[in-house]
This record gives sequence, C-alpha cells and structure tokens, in this order.
Amino acid sequence: MAGDPASGNAAPIFDVVAALLRSESAFALATVVEGPGAGAKLLVRPDDTMGTLGEAGLDRVVERDALGELAAGRSGVRHYGEHGEAREDSVRVFIESFAQPPRMLIFGAVDFTAALVRVAKVLGYRVTVCDAREVFATRQRFPLADEVVVDWPNRLLDQVGPGLGQRDAVCVLTHDNKFDVPAIVSALATGVGYIGVMGSRRTHENRLVRLREAGVDDEGIARLHSPIGIDIGARTPEETAVSIVAEIIALRTGRSAQALKASSGPIHD
Amino acid sequence: MREILADLERWRRQGRRIALARVIDLEGSGPRLPGATMAVADDGEVAGSVSGGCVEGAVVAEALDVLDGGDRRLVSFGYSDDEAFAVGLTCGGTIHLFIEPLDW
Repeated sequence: MAGDPASGNAAPIFDVVAALLRSESAFALATVVEGPGAGAKLLVRPDDTMGTLGEAGLDRVVERDALGELAAGRSGVRHYGEHGEAREDSVRVFIESFAQPPRMLIFGAVDFTAALVRVAKVLGYRVTVCDAREVFATRQRFPLADEVVVDWPNRLLDQVGPGLGQRDAVCVLTHDNKFDVPAIVSALATGVGYIGVMGSRRTHENRLVRLREAGVDDEGIARLHSPIGIDIGARTPEETAVSIVAEIIALRTGRSAQALKASSGPIHD
Repeated sequence: MREILADLERWRRQGRRIALARVIDLEGSGPRLPGATMAVADDGEVAGSVSGGCVEGAVVAEALDVLDGGDRRLVSFGYSDDEAFAVGLTCGGTIHLFIEPLDW
C-alpha cells in the first residue's frame, strides 16, 4: 500500500485513512493522547500496519490490542508503560475502530424497499436490493442502494450468507411465498442478527404454515420478526421504514421500544 | 470521521488548516460515543459534532487555539452543580476529548 515504508514514499496517514473509509475497509487508528509523543499515530489493519507511536515495544502491544478492539467493534482509551508494559500508566492511547459498515439485504423491489433503502443509508448500512424480477430490480428505482441484484434471494444468500453476522439485517418485503419461503429458509441458515418479514397478520399466518412445511422449526420461527417492524401505526412506505429500523435498533440494544416518557432510568447506556 | 470525510478532504484541497476534536472517553450518560468527531477549519467553519450541542461552542474555541499554535490537548466537559451555567453536558455525564491539528 501507499504507506509501505519500503516504497520510500510514505503517504500521510490521513490520506490512507480517507482511502480506507472510502473503500469501507476495516481498520483501527491508535493515537497517543497523553504521555511522550502525544499525537503519534499507528494505523492498524488485519494485514498491515503503518506509522509509529515512537517506541517499537509500544507499537507491538498497541497493534495487538487494536486488532482486538477492531474485532470487537470497540473504541476507547488504553494505558501502557513507555515500552508497552501492561498495568502501567505513562502513555494513554486512544484506539478508534472503524469496522466495516453493517449490511442490509432487502428482498423484494417494491415501494417500501425504496423508502427502506433511504432510511438504512442514513443509519450507515451497506444496502443490497435483490429481486428476481428484472423489470423491478433496477438501479433507477433504487439510486441510493449500494447494489441492486437481479436474482433469487436464496441464491444471493448462498453466496453472501456466510459473511453475515450479528450487526447485519435481512428484510424480506416481497410478500410472495414463492420468493419469501426460500429466502427465509436461507436467511435462517446464516448468522444474520435480524430477519424481518413483511406481511399482514393473515399473510404471516399463511407463511408460517408454508415455513413449517419447508422444515423450519420453532427456534427458526422465533428468530423471525414477522410481521416486520414495531407498532407505531406506520402507513406510508417511509413510516414503515422507520418502524423497521427502530425494531432493528431496539433488538441490538435490548430496549422495549416504548416511549421514554413511559419509562425511567438512563437514556444512554 | 466517516461522516465528515468529504468536508475534511475539501478543506485540505483548499489549503485550510484543520483541527480535529474526537470523543475518546465517556463517563455516565452522554449523547455521543468515543469516535464522534468534530472538525474546525482555521476560518471557524465546523463539520460534525461531539455532543448534542452542549459543548460545541467551547470545543470550537479550544480547536481554534490549537490551530493558533497551541499544543494538542485533552479537554473534559462534565456537569457540576456549582457551575450550573458553565459549559457541560445537561445529561449529567462527562466527556473527554482529544483536540489536535490534522497535520498527519
């Protein structure tokens, strides 16, 4: 990369940070905030490190800790001795993790999809819209989506499913059992954190029967957020999108999604 | 920093000097998590935020001082009953910020 010391032409760290942010790559930036060399930086990636905090032993320990923080998606201050000793406090280092953005896969290229893409982008998701019908799954209809894929949802999930994790979301908006059931079965086979499925109460009941016929057990059914969203009385596609992302946030934080006025205790954890 | 990247790059192209203020630690309740970043250009233009608007004014003053030749610094803002009208977080928490020039 540009900052490789071997090139003899090291790029300023910020240029590399900007390029990594733009390409949505995972990295951590460690900065000495107190102690000798305040302001010194170490940029840590899973396969590469650039910069220095001014002391080789400290660099080694912070590189290791930064990779740990990055994997956990945490940012915070850690303290060390001048040579990286644990349990000492002569150098304080702020390690900021820049994890890859969470992913949202939206199945079904309908009006609700366009609104959900917009709201998901506001929240920082990398958004994929997928529908097997090529007249609907077009870039023109979803200009803010990161990708628009014409394929069967279950086939897309076979490809990208293994990379999905707790922070990611699958939203099934098709309301067509022909597409929905295989998509849900494939989504349940992944480690994705949220699976929401749109439909009326009646559609939902009918879909449960089809899912059981397809071999989905109680545990799988319990993982589904169906009908999708929290009850805020949403009617328009935009309101529905807000209801869906509110459900995703509340799932992550373990909160009840009731009005703060009706609860007590700290607002922020 | 992701949210203000476009501003930072534009300011750098324009040759403006920039100070970055980043939330590095939080005690108690606070609106923004570690990593929240506010940038201040040498003409006082601001991008991003580090709180819900409670301390931004004071952070701009510190950032401009850093750009004016002051040292990079740690700054903390918290709530205190004694200074009900001083700068602090109305939510009762304390935030610690690191403010430095973007010279790296």
